[in-house]
Amino acid sequence: MSLVFAGVCSHAPGITGRKDRADPAVRDAFYAAYDRMRQALEAARPDALVVIGAEHFANFFMNNMPALCVGMAEHYEGPIEDEAWLGIKRTRFPGATQLSMELIQDVMNDVDLAYAQEWKFDHGIMVPLHFLTPRADVPIIPVNINCQGPPLIPLKRCYEFGRALRRACAARPERIAVIGTGGISHWPATPDSGKINEAWDRAFLEKFLANRRDELLAYKDEETWREAGQGGLEIRTFIALAGAAEGHTGELWFYAPIPIFAVGCTVAVMKL
Amino acid sequence: MSLYNVQKLMFQLNRDPGIRKRFDAEFDSLLADYELTEEEQIALRDPDIGLLYVMGVNGQILMHYAALRGFEWNAYIEAMREGERKYGPVRTGLYTRAAGR
Repeated sequence: MSLVFAGVCSHAPGITGRKDRADPAVRDAFYAAYDRMRQALEAARPDALVVIGAEHFANFFMNNMPALCVGMAEHYEGPIEDEAWLGIKRTRFPGATQLSMELIQDVMNDVDLAYAQEWKFDHGIMVPLHFLTPRADVPIIPVNINCQGPPLIPLKRCYEFGRALRRACAARPERIAVIGTGGISHWPATPDSGKINEAWDRAFLEKFLANRRDELLAYKDEETWREAGQGGLEIRTFIALAGAAEGHTGELWFYAPIPIFAVGCTVAVMKL
Repeated sequence: MSLYNVQKLMFQLNRDPGIRKRFDAEFDSLLADYELTEEEQIALRDPDIGLLYVMGVNGQILMHYAALRGFEWNAYIEAMREGERKYGPVRTGLYTRAAGR
């Protein structure tokens, strides 16, 4: 059936790892938005949750880097990082092997994919799941878009992946939810950590929420890198989600730059 | 190719408990398994987080090496700043900076 839920949220490790160092009022409002997203996700009663993330060399390295990879493991575990550093306890999540396999097979009619039967979640997936599936009771299908080590997949291919994913989900009986998690502007793991280009973020979000494909695909990596940081290249996850929700607009539930979290913190949900 | 090996060591340290054990127990022997320049070996051993950053180690990999070596968040950020002051701008890769910074 059609996707039952689609949204985006941030995943920076500081969101949980440095939570005590943020302004409590802004942090709590951000956490409340995650919780609102959790409630909406639960109300959609998903049989599986596809998480389109941008991992950070936890599983994939430059010896054999897939542009796009989908997990089809029986279960997943994370965080790969130190629990105290991330502020999240190690947790095991159920997978959805058969569903993954069949979705991958179908999506590959349109977009080439790699697959993985072993996958350790890093903060890129753990932070969203910490808030959205706190009981770790929803089968997860992780997707990774390489946003860290160029050459990177072109934006239009991310959008096409999202479209193909939605088409494949629509052809099945399961209730499938999908989230994208990434940037937007940020300079993580650099001396400029904490820098956020709010104007750039808001302009991007306006295009994303209106789901204007051509404007989203007009972004150029060189400009994004310069104006939104190397972390801005993670807009690929948002653009894939936009493809999955083609024809639908979204609603912004939270945006605020939180420098100690090193990202413009975002929660948005598409109106399917 | 050598910078690739520095990053490969860090990637494997994150994932492989066996490598982590060797890192703790026989650091020099472990490093000998990777083709590294003398500068890279020194930077890993010290550790000189600033120099590793300036060499072009991807920040997402370096962040975890800094944590492993006991750098608290502010100290880790400051080490990268100090690296830029001492060694100049990042030499290669995604973390090079626009001119003028």
